[in-house]
Amino acid sequence: MSATATTYYDRKGIIGTLGRDGLLQIILVANTFIMLAPIIIMIFSAFKSNMEIFQAPFALPDFGNVGNFVKIWTQTNFVRYLFNSFLVTGSSMVLILTLGTMAAYAIARYQFFGASFILMFFIAGLTLPLKLAIIPLFMLMRDIGILNNQLSLIFVYTAMGLPTTVFIMTGFIRTLPNELEDAARMDGASEARIMWSVMLPLVRPAMVIAGIQNVVPIWNDFFFPLVFIQNDDLKTLPQGLTTFMGEYNTDWGVLFSGLTLSAAPIILIYIVLSRQFISGMTSGAIK
Amino acid sequence: MARLRLTGRGMWITALIVPPLAFVALFIVYPIISAFAYAFYDWQGLLRGDFVWFDNFHKVLFVEPYASWTRNAFTHNIMVFFALMVLQNGVGFLLAYALWRELPGARFHRIAVFLPVVLSTIIVGYLWKLFLHPLFGVVNQSARAIGLPWLAQPWLGQDSTALWALIFANAWHMVGFPTLVFLAGMQRIPTEILDAVRMETQSEWVKIRKIVWPLVAPSATVVFVLLFVGAFNWFELPYIMAGLDGSPYGSTDVLGLYFYRTAFGNVSSGQQDFGLGSALAVLIFVFIAAVASVITVRLRAREIQV
Repeated sequence: MSATATTYYDRKGIIGTLGRDGLLQIILVANTFIMLAPIIIMIFSAFKSNMEIFQAPFALPDFGNVGNFVKIWTQTNFVRYLFNSFLVTGSSMVLILTLGTMAAYAIARYQFFGASFILMFFIAGLTLPLKLAIIPLFMLMRDIGILNNQLSLIFVYTAMGLPTTVFIMTGFIRTLPNELEDAARMDGASEARIMWSVMLPLVRPAMVIAGIQNVVPIWNDFFFPLVFIQNDDLKTLPQGLTTFMGEYNTDWGVLFSGLTLSAAPIILIYIVLSRQFISGMTSGAIK
Repeated sequence: MARLRLTGRGMWITALIVPPLAFVALFIVYPIISAFAYAFYDWQGLLRGDFVWFDNFHKVLFVEPYASWTRNAFTHNIMVFFALMVLQNGVGFLLAYALWRELPGARFHRIAVFLPVVLSTIIVGYLWKLFLHPLFGVVNQSARAIGLPWLAQPWLGQDSTALWALIFANAWHMVGFPTLVFLAGMQRIPTEILDAVRMETQSEWVKIRKIVWPLVAPSATVVFVLLFVGAFNWFELPYIMAGLDGSPYGSTDVLGLYFYRTAFGNVSSGQQDFGLGSALAVLIFVFIAAVASVITVRLRAREIQV
């Protein structure tokens, strides 16, 4: 790398290279500023009163001033929304990963009639924008009696998450060697035993990718709760946020601390696991 | 014995495959097929009425006031798509190119550019709605503070700028996605090719146009198609920032809002029409599917030529 860099500088002249790289660096710094400034201002404003926000929007706040957060915690349904989001997202993820691995395992490890057709069936679901089928979905949820019930969300999210999960997991499980499986079979292990004890421990990396790819859209989803859920106690965080933003629309400090609290869980996890997030969320687009 | 094991195995495979298949069939395939069927019926609230052939489609496309609402929303979706092509995918390509050089701090810049992508559209929408507030918003306050008072506009409140404000907020939210997809494409370009280019030309422009751009074609295909589908499904951001009616005066109305309003009614009129809504959904769906496949085929062909 350094050798090529040297020849490169020789040919082009160090000034030209520095000028070009300088320009690129300026673009990057400017962009990073535009990306981060709104988030930082949001967090700062969460600790301010209306007066402070309007007069000194960029000033450092007194971080000890947590009045806005206390207000949210005690006077709104915010904790309830947060809990609901965890419940819905968590249940959906368990179902997606369990069912997705089951299907992928069957398609990838056994030869049976229609296996490739079934894989195609799942992949077809990958491209369909389900939002446009919201009217029949609404009727379906009403008919099976889970409208205004979080099960409706969990079922839709599970169905939406399965195509990507089956796709990722099938590709991965196919690459696993046959020897382990054959050895276990020789020892008389049952098929279920082979799957559970021999193969599943090996598929964890693919599960992480599939999990991240699905968890972010589900956690952030607003459209399906908007249609399916009316009861305030059942609302998820993005949906609850709209109720909350309407109620406190004159108290900007509280509004910003609501936004900050809603963004905090995912921002914190993202900072810790940024590499996995980036590869997970772009994995569908990168072959 | 062998037969018994075979059936046991068959049952085991069935047990693995049927539950996931049932979920997809019941909650994806069945609703999408039903959406097509619904569009051919007259609906009274939640009750299905007579089979009316293409009446709903005809109404949505050719009968006023629906026809001009449809046209208005559709035009806005087209604008959004092309504007985001530049602001999101174009800027994303530029940022990817800058990140690809691995200058000092590249890792940090990469994490920063993707941070908004993980946030909910609802958070992003409200954040920018507060920032763009005509009097107290950060945007107008800074514009006045740095002596550019003409930049202090009621961005979301006037029909000439509202859609652009939404487009900007969307670009801020999602630019990290094309950036990192393009970056991954660039990182896969073999170093031998890049070394060979250095022998041939010193021009950065020629290098981008003749080598980098053609070789990231697979990334471009994916990013373009996803943006297209996203632009014509646009709902959350306008819903939060402009409201269900696409205010002011329908200047931010897009197909997603229009479809939702038609199907489920809005605050001012509780009227809901599942027939017209389904017809709209089918039209949007067919349009997206047709154009997305054309784009994919065209761009794929470009990939192979290279």
